[in-house]
Amino acid sequence: MSSRLFVFLVPLVVIAIFWFMARAEKGKHHDPTHKGFFERNGTALGIVFIALVAFWTLFLVTLPYLYMVVESFHPKLPPAQRGGPTDVLTIAQYKSFFINPVDNEINTTHIWAFVFSIITSVLVTAVNFAICYPLAYYMAQAGTAQKVRLIMLALIVPYWVNEILRAFSLRLLLASKGLINQALMGLGITSTPIDFLSINVGLYVGLSYAYLLVMIFPLYNAIESLDKNQIEAARDLGAPWWKIHRDVVIPYAKPGIASGCTMVFMLAAGSLAAPQFLGGPSTLWFTSIVYDFFFQAFNWPRGAAYAFILLTACIAFVLLMLRMFKVSLGETIK
Amino acid sequence: MSSKLVMKAMIGFYIALFFLYLFGPLAVMSVTAFNTPSYPQAIPFEGFTLDWFVKLWNHRAMMEGLKNSIIIGLGVVAVSVPVGLAAAIIMNQIYHRARSTFYLVTVSPVLTPGVIIGISTVIFWKDMMGMTDVTKAWFYKGIILAILGQSSFVAAYALLIIMARLQRFDRAQEEAALDLGASHPQVFWHILLPFLKPAMISAGVIAFLSSFENYNTTTFAILADKTLVTVLAGEVRQGTTPALSALAVIIIGLSLLGAIIYEVMKRREEAQAERSKENAKIAERSDLGEAGPAGLK
Repeated sequence: MSSRLFVFLVPLVVIAIFWFMARAEKGKHHDPTHKGFFERNGTALGIVFIALVAFWTLFLVTLPYLYMVVESFHPKLPPAQRGGPTDVLTIAQYKSFFINPVDNEINTTHIWAFVFSIITSVLVTAVNFAICYPLAYYMAQAGTAQKVRLIMLALIVPYWVNEILRAFSLRLLLASKGLINQALMGLGITSTPIDFLSINVGLYVGLSYAYLLVMIFPLYNAIESLDKNQIEAARDLGAPWWKIHRDVVIPYAKPGIASGCTMVFMLAAGSLAAPQFLGGPSTLWFTSIVYDFFFQAFNWPRGAAYAFILLTACIAFVLLMLRMFKVSLGETIK
Repeated sequence: MSSKLVMKAMIGFYIALFFLYLFGPLAVMSVTAFNTPSYPQAIPFEGFTLDWFVKLWNHRAMMEGLKNSIIIGLGVVAVSVPVGLAAAIIMNQIYHRARSTFYLVTVSPVLTPGVIIGISTVIFWKDMMGMTDVTKAWFYKGIILAILGQSSFVAAYALLIIMARLQRFDRAQEEAALDLGASHPQVFWHILLPFLKPAMISAGVIAFLSSFENYNTTTFAILADKTLVTVLAGEVRQGTTPALSALAVIIIGLSLLGAIIYEVMKRREEAQAERSKENAKIAERSDLGEAGPAGLK
């Protein structure tokens, strides 16, 4: 149990550091009109605020994450042996991602599933950017206020229908008895139905469809604050439309583009519904593997290790991309 | 001139295509809810029926899931709106250097894949609540874990929504109340809270909706219980039935109703704002009319 208890120390250390930082800052910029936190909110309310936020950041966010990471460094054991002498720290779960523990061969299935998930997510992000950019630009710069509000409502309404039902609706369209195959066969384009789901067309469309909204709002927010005069000026100086976008709009909207792309990528890489309901039967998606470790193999440590691999890989990838496009993280999450 | 027309036509075509992509699948699904064949098909339309709605109503697992979803949704609202409010207030008052770190911690659950939030919630709380038999029996339940897991990221939504409004709060109001002898809790309850009320209501609505339709986190955190969405997932995995389309029709109908109400309210609000602006103008003019000659003297 001791390695797990260690988890509880980490946040305490971080809080202590915060507290000292606050003290140091107070000492440096001494401002007599400045009021302390409890002075400003009253003691009772101040305590309530801090308790609520501490509960959230510690017990709902930080501790569970850290606990999951620690769990991933443990062997899979029956409940009775947890905390016993066999419950040692090990990297076996991480090793099993690279080398299959059953036959000691390289674990190509899982590595391929991982690569496939990441590449697909990148492509979906790029496609969604291409689809959403024109509409976001139109809403932000060309549309009238009332039209924009209507478009916005029309964008939001489909997203009140949950992910599963949206996947279901796409399945109805793309199934071999579905409307698209009916149309293709009716027009004589194919004589036998195309199995869109097993060649993963369903998966790609499903992922793109699921996260359109997540892309469009950051783009819209970023482009909206661009001064129209800048575009006018570029146009008056004779710039063709594509140059206006390349040299004026896109550089300006970069933080919004970065945040939209980050969110779509993270959501797509971590998605579960689209691969489960729209992926082909032989397609292995990384989160589906994690899901199976939990519900079929009951191997929680290995599932946790895989989840952590996914999380670190995604974060590393996003940070790399942000650095390549020279956007700071702070700009992105605003 | 004509190139502008072509441009306009192209934009119109593009927008039409975009919304066809967005609404097409939902529209086709809606049609299948009213068609008689037991395989959900839109064409050929063999006959109008409402049987699938009856089937849906009699689907016991789904109704139980719906009940749980509503309980969890209300629980998430009850946890995440106060937490979001408290976090927004702290964020507003915290020392500058600590703010970005605090921001990163609080917003990180939004970017973390839901699957990971679900897994970590279950692993952590299983040990926490499993410490004694009593806590295990009372708290290690799917509904409670789902509330905790979902709140971790829904509270961040609430924080972002409430903070956006809090940034527009004029601190002079607070100072004035304090100068007039109000206590700090009084300022909070009578000035700050009413000011933040609209943002808190929207945060509550968003919290309920995102809880209600969450799948990735819930499917892990719910353990042996069910929510509407996890029941749906099971149904879709087993096969397809138009009863699912019927459910979608109900949800789409409710969403449209909500959207229409929102639009009507917004228009009325705008009309009212316009009217009061005009009244103000008239009042100003009459003021000037009276004050003008006096000023000239």
